Amino acid sequence: MHAVPINHFLILAAILFGLGVVGVVSRRNAIVIFMSIELMLNAVNLTFISFSNYLNDIEGQIFVFMVMVVAAAEVAVGLAIIVAIFRLRETVHVDDIKLLKW
Amino acid sequence: MVELILFWIFALLAVGGAFGVVVHPNPAKSALLLVLTFFALAGEYVLLMAHFIAIVHVAVYAGAIMVLFLFVIMLLNVPEETRTSRLWGIMRYAGFTLAILLFAEIGYFGFKGFQTAYVQETDLGTVERIGQALFSKYVLPFEIASILLLVAMLGALYLSKRKLEIVGDGKTAPAGKKTEEVLVEE
Repeated sequence: MHAVPINHFLILAAILFGLGVVGVVSRRNAIVIFMSIELMLNAVNLTFISFSNYLNDIEGQIFVFMVMVVAAAEVAVGLAIIVAIFRLRETVHVDDIKLLKW
Repeated sequence: MVELILFWIFALLAVGGAFGVVVHPNPAKSALLLVLTFFALAGEYVLLMAHFIAIVHVAVYAGAIMVLFLFVIMLLNVPEETRTSRLWGIMRYAGFTLAILLFAEIGYFGFKGFQTAYVQETDLGTVERIGQALFSKYVLPFEIASILLLVAMLGALYLSKRKLEIVGDGKTAPAGKKTEEVLVEE
């Protein structure tokens, strides 16, 4: 018998998600914003796995696998965009790149 | 009991690392703290009997994705973030406290029914079970995921191969006059 309640994992995931949200809204560096998004994705993954264990259903873990695939794709494209913006403007500060077209 | 102690160790590492990611002004150190968070989360996945996900998590997140992040940070030579407003610096801490309180409250009261539900001993997360599910019932999503990865790879290649130029000096342009940007495709 494991002694850890599912509740603990859910609260941990909620706290991590909250920290990710704070990171996205308070940081101005595009790369750190990206990392905070990764943090939120991970919090959601933790929730998925907790419920997968609780419901004894494998679907949650398959979904986490898919989330990881999407996160990897997102990071590859997102960082390529950040590099392209940096080559154009020499900054990754989001306040400096608030205009779509200028 | 051992599981509970391990849970608390990993939970504190994860929350501490995540907090560091958000507050640390140096992006490179933020990335390293994020690696710490990912390892702690892998520990939590093992506690939840999701062995396959734990291993893949370490390989994909702590390995591939964070290496990519660190690579880009060091390639771009991003300066440390500096703040202009003092009020913002103070408000940030209030924001942190409130956000964490809010989400912890949601986690606590929203999932109150799970306080008496414990982690079950199961073989659900083994490589064997995941592999069977992935290659039988979920084979179509699996294949679509591979196409998504291919598209992302091509997209990243295309974006980094394209040459971008600003015609004229974007920063010292006279007021009212727009600088022109030209995308040169090769």
